[in-house]
Amino acid sequence: MTTPIQDYAIVGDGRSAALISRGGSLDWLCWPRFDSPSLFAALLDEDRGGRFSIAPRRPFRSERTYLGDTNVLRTRFSAAGGELTLTDFMPVYTSVDARKHPHGGHELVRIARCESGQVELEIVFDPRPEYAVLVPEITALGKLGLRLDAGRGRLLTLLTDAPLGPEGQARIRMRSGEELHFSLGYANCAPATLPPPTAERCALLLEETLRLWREWASRTRYEGPARDLVVRSALLLKLLQYAPSGAIVAAPTTSLPERPGGDLNWDYRFCWLRDAALTARALFGLGHIAEADTFMSWLLNATSLSLPKLRVLYDLYGRKPAPERELPHLAGYGGARPVRVGNAAMSQVQLDTYGEVVEAAAYFIRSGGVFDRSIADLLCHFGCEVARSWREPDEGIWEIRGIPRHFTHSRVLCWSALHRLCELHEKGHLPGAPAAEFKRARDLIRLEVETLGWSEQLQSYTRTLAGGDVDSSLLLLPWYGYCAADAPRMRATWRRIHATLEVRPGLFRRYHGELTVGEGAFGICSFWAAEYLALGGGTLEEAEDHFEMLLGHANDVGLYGEEIEPETGGALGNFPQAYTHVGLINAALSMRNRLERGKREAQRARVRLAEARP
Amino acid sequence: MNWPGILLAGFAGTLVLTSLESGAQQLHLTRMSLPYLLGAMFTPSRDRAKVIGFFAHLINGQILALFYVAIFNAMGGSGAVRGMLIGLIHSAVVLLVVVPLLPSIHPRMASVHQGPTELRHIEPPGPLGLYYGVTTPVMVVLSHLAFGMVVGALYRFE
Repeated sequence: MTTPIQDYAIVGDGRSAALISRGGSLDWLCWPRFDSPSLFAALLDEDRGGRFSIAPRRPFRSERTYLGDTNVLRTRFSAAGGELTLTDFMPVYTSVDARKHPHGGHELVRIARCESGQVELEIVFDPRPEYAVLVPEITALGKLGLRLDAGRGRLLTLLTDAPLGPEGQARIRMRSGEELHFSLGYANCAPATLPPPTAERCALLLEETLRLWREWASRTRYEGPARDLVVRSALLLKLLQYAPSGAIVAAPTTSLPERPGGDLNWDYRFCWLRDAALTARALFGLGHIAEADTFMSWLLNATSLSLPKLRVLYDLYGRKPAPERELPHLAGYGGARPVRVGNAAMSQVQLDTYGEVVEAAAYFIRSGGVFDRSIADLLCHFGCEVARSWREPDEGIWEIRGIPRHFTHSRVLCWSALHRLCELHEKGHLPGAPAAEFKRARDLIRLEVETLGWSEQLQSYTRTLAGGDVDSSLLLLPWYGYCAADAPRMRATWRRIHATLEVRPGLFRRYHGELTVGEGAFGICSFWAAEYLALGGGTLEEAEDHFEMLLGHANDVGLYGEEIEPETGGALGNFPQAYTHVGLINAALSMRNRLERGKREAQRARVRLAEARP
Repeated sequence: MNWPGILLAGFAGTLVLTSLESGAQQLHLTRMSLPYLLGAMFTPSRDRAKVIGFFAHLINGQILALFYVAIFNAMGGSGAVRGMLIGLIHSAVVLLVVVPLLPSIHPRMASVHQGPTELRHIEPPGPLGLYYGVTTPVMVVLSHLAFGMVVGALYRFE
């Protein structure tokens, strides 16, 4: 039976990530980078994909948790004869640790411990490199462990104190207190490091990894609603941020279907510009300045490489990704074909990306950053490009393949780019900007949006200019400063979106169209709704109610996919999805701000009242 | 002896050998890295080992160039072909003698018999260096042929 998407949890180290099921099966792992070909891909083909499974013999029940504010996963199995815990993590090191302890840079540690009684443990180690194109033979080298040529000079090793057979399988009876240790490693350009699979080493790595994640999480500057889930979201963003460059991948997986059994299957192991501003705000807002700064460095470097045009998405180093292709040999998740790697959206035009990049740069300034000459020039080039091309049609925020259209959201983001550049110019950050030209274009865009982007019949802003339907992305208009959340037109738009796109309380579709038939509610759109209410589109209580409803759709370890299936509440699409978590963080930040503003106003009112008393 | 000639030939030959090995690594033809293996004798840090090993490798190249010149003397002349002949013998010695000895002499290399420990954790090369990739022996021969060719071509008797 196909493992439900929400039954997966993630472990990683800021370079790559693994998805592990509730049943202890490692079903997805790409090394050495998030976007490398997979070594295990049972997620996309249960029979052929390859897995590394450690679990008691069935039947068993399992529950799992991350160990506090860390990315260390612990699964507790209750089987017929006893209980077993499985601890999974990718070690993270400080530079000092890295010198003291042998490690090859790519390692995943699994520790199985029998907590009580006796448990019969089943182990299956069945790697299938290169998206399961290769089925290489495992070589058992005695005390050097199992090894496997993963193609192109790459080596996968498994060292363990468990008595694994040469095929990588075993059935072992464990007694209370016994532990088994597994170190999965990878080498691609130098002799491999073969860490000894001892209890002492694994315990030390676990302790260090827990300490480093806890220290990082403790730097999260947030006190407000749903703190646990906000910190979990921050931990996920940190995990999905590729440490060598600062890029944040949208999700660590490819081709998990947005429509059950359907063909909306895309590769998300890239970095999209469309959520750059929201991501920058989330990181700066939580006080993770170092991560926000490295993300901004990546963003500005990547965009300068394609100046003055912006691509929709970039790879981890800011380059153009390899072309999209299909993997017909894989059955797909739950039979959803095709499985794709690469993403053809990279060749699309999305004018909203200019607004995103400029808004992210504005957050950088608001958080104390300073533009150097090259960044200022870069932003001015973007402004000129927007002033020149804002009338053009594009594929829009949802990357709709086919004929480009005039999306209202794209127009508003063009307005936002020019408006923000004018502001930055007035504050002296962009001394050479052609502000008059920017203002002229900005005002023309507003005029067009207010005439063609508004429908008297619908009493709403519309998805496309002179169109007849709505889109959840319109909820972002106040966020970008285009209008106030409580402006009459915006309130009317909210009412229309609420009536049209809400499929279950708190859950919103992105829009109604041919492509969206059968897909779930979008996580990020649903959080935009909560944030819109928190920004002033509703009362604080309404915002909190919305937010609470959405929190109930996280899986048992606090993770969200791209979409939520309205009927079952299950996850759809690539998993876990960075931008859904960005939406959660931003909604929480806006609610906290509203809460604090309310407290300050109440305090001022009390002071005024006290002063008024004789 | 033409000492400046030995230094120049040894330096150039080692640079060519190291570049070939490094290129082969980056093309995923082999995971053999002599600078890393040499440097790891002095430090557990992978990054530092590569730097230290690079310089150790350069010094080794000078010493080996001295041996090559001694053989050229015995042969009565240098030249690219003679250098390649010595390089071929050199690579055979490396693959058949040095590589099997490595787990015994390298302080941080694991062995098949004892398995990895906290101190000895570097993957051993295996027979003919095949654990580092099936094309490793070919790359070792080619890089030593290139070393011999450069030393032989550059060295001139006074």
